[in-house]
Amino acid sequence: MEIFGIPLQAFLGQLMLGLVNGAFYAMLSLGLAVIFGLLGIVNFAHGALYMLGAFAAWIMLDKFGINYWYALVLAPLTVGALGVVIERLFLKHLYKIDPIYGLLLTLGLALIAEGIFRELYGVSGQNYNVPELLSGATNLGFMVLPNYRAWVVLVSLAVCVGTWYLIERTRLGAYLRAGTENAALVQAFGINVPLMVMLTYGAGAALAALAGVLAAPIIQVNPLMGSNLIIVVFAVVVIGGMGSIMGSILTGLSLGVIEGLTRVFYPEASSIVVFIIMVIVLMIRPAGLFGKEA
Amino acid sequence: MKLKTLVAAMAIGFAAAASAQTTGPVKIGFITDMSSVYADIDGPAGGEMVKWAAQDFGGKVLNRPIEVLTADHQNKADVASSKAREWIDKDGLSMLIGGTNSGTSLAMAKVAEEKKRPFISIGAGSARLTNEACSPYTVHYAYDTVALAKVAGTALVKAGAKTWFFLTADYAFGYSLEGDASNVVKANGGTVVGAVRHPLNASDFSSFLLQAQSSKAQILGLANAGGDFTNAMKAAKEFGINKTMKIAGLLVFINDVHSLGLANTEGLQLADSWYWNQDDASRKFAKRFFDKYKRMPSSVQAADYSAAANYLKAVQTAGTTDADKVMSTLKGMKIDDFYNKGQIRADGRMIHDMYLFQVKSPKESTVPWDYYKTVAKIPGEQAFTTVAESKCALNKK
Repeated sequence: MEIFGIPLQAFLGQLMLGLVNGAFYAMLSLGLAVIFGLLGIVNFAHGALYMLGAFAAWIMLDKFGINYWYALVLAPLTVGALGVVIERLFLKHLYKIDPIYGLLLTLGLALIAEGIFRELYGVSGQNYNVPELLSGATNLGFMVLPNYRAWVVLVSLAVCVGTWYLIERTRLGAYLRAGTENAALVQAFGINVPLMVMLTYGAGAALAALAGVLAAPIIQVNPLMGSNLIIVVFAVVVIGGMGSIMGSILTGLSLGVIEGLTRVFYPEASSIVVFIIMVIVLMIRPAGLFGKEA
Repeated sequence: MKLKTLVAAMAIGFAAAASAQTTGPVKIGFITDMSSVYADIDGPAGGEMVKWAAQDFGGKVLNRPIEVLTADHQNKADVASSKAREWIDKDGLSMLIGGTNSGTSLAMAKVAEEKKRPFISIGAGSARLTNEACSPYTVHYAYDTVALAKVAGTALVKAGAKTWFFLTADYAFGYSLEGDASNVVKANGGTVVGAVRHPLNASDFSSFLLQAQSSKAQILGLANAGGDFTNAMKAAKEFGINKTMKIAGLLVFINDVHSLGLANTEGLQLADSWYWNQDDASRKFAKRFFDKYKRMPSSVQAADYSAAANYLKAVQTAGTTDADKVMSTLKGMKIDDFYNKGQIRADGRMIHDMYLFQVKSPKESTVPWDYYKTVAKIPGEQAFTTVAESKCALNKK
């Protein structure tokens, strides 16, 4: 059996790979959506935070012998703490002015981080091996899936669902959402809004770093890895609707699949297909697929 | 009257600036990728090599100080050509060196030809530079896609690998490399069963590799470089492609091998023009580089030094920076230094020995960056496009 001229098996394999990348996009765009939704900051530093997560894992292993499993927790915590510092030092001054300043500031921070790591480690990339426990591959019948990739999908989906639940279904999430609507009122109820906002940015940074740690064994850890990805992730957020949590998860997954299939049928277009979709979506629904019309 | 004199003086001034300056410093311009995917192979360290060559020459030629200008082309052809044009028009540049990236080198070659300045391309791969797009002012120094394909391809096909599938970077360099390698495979009795083209700087290779795997070819030819090569290698290992197919890296630099580690690259055969640990002169140069950068030089960085040094030698011999005279001197002299021995042919192709290396196993590697053992040394006449095959009119004279 064939689908559009390619064997069913190969087609299913490509679908699976698209899903793997989609899980990645979902997790990264989720962090962006949370930060935009709650802080109103267009966080261009997200790619750099992702890169820092990967580098943190690599440095932990290389310099201190801390293995992947510990890095999976420690690297996001470290980068999350850095996120808190960034929020305290820079972002908190920007909430009341035009969002464009937040965008420019975070873009500047991203370029600085990238520049520092390029200077320190060069662009060839550092090797980070797949942890022992997850090496090898499983034969799914239609394709041989490396165990590590399956693990990445599971973790990403768990994190996505967990974050969605936390924000949309819990009391803490309700405070967060209310705090962004009317900070003064929520504060009057005795809730520390600045603290909440600070921790939100820290959590968003930690999410990006977690994606970085998950990516480290798949690609070479490289100072440019964030900037290579951030533009696609932004397109995902725009298509899904800025600030929509569910929108970024679903769009992330489906764009991964669409991109993967483009790699089969017209590989040359695979790097731009996401943007073509973005243009079309913006023409039909300017607020994005899941965004609220202003 | 006064105004007329002033206008005349200004006109002469402009004319002098537009042609190569005959007084003031001799300016060498070096344009490469300083910040992106190819910055480790060449980049700022490559620019430093050109400066070292100038310093070691005594800092002066024809009693004029030597000045080295550097710029980042960001892998954009228009940035490269407009920078080259600006240097020539405004700064009276004497000669231009191009680093990595074929697209940018092809663009700079056009500017150099139009403005009549010697242009030496080092790290660009495309053999078009001295073939279809050849010019009297272009020299292609380090390697090209024909040589890479002939050296790496021939060895593999002769060793029994008859069916090939290519994973190709989607721009000028990738097409050249895939095309030249396909010709070599076919000429040696092999077949090319398919190819897939990926965007430059692709983020994920798994999907392309799955296509390669379903082709059932014996060899996966990687017609890409730098980060694309390393990420493709890594994914190939993850998906177990290396168990069913043999992987041939058609353009692999020592930085890539270092980055992936010997465990991931052991046994890989590759073609290159130079290796730091091949003789005393190379090791001496490499040590100087290592002391500054804490890594070993790539073949491109070695070639940057050699090209600049030989250009200065040619200027000294010719007694002028005039492009035509320097070019004819350069093409008439023997090149013999730590980098390589050879001669620049009429079409601008520097003909020198190429090597087939094999990556050592972690056990075989005894000192840091000790990565290659030499499998074969291929004479330049066999490695590069022959005069008979050449489409360059300069070879027919």
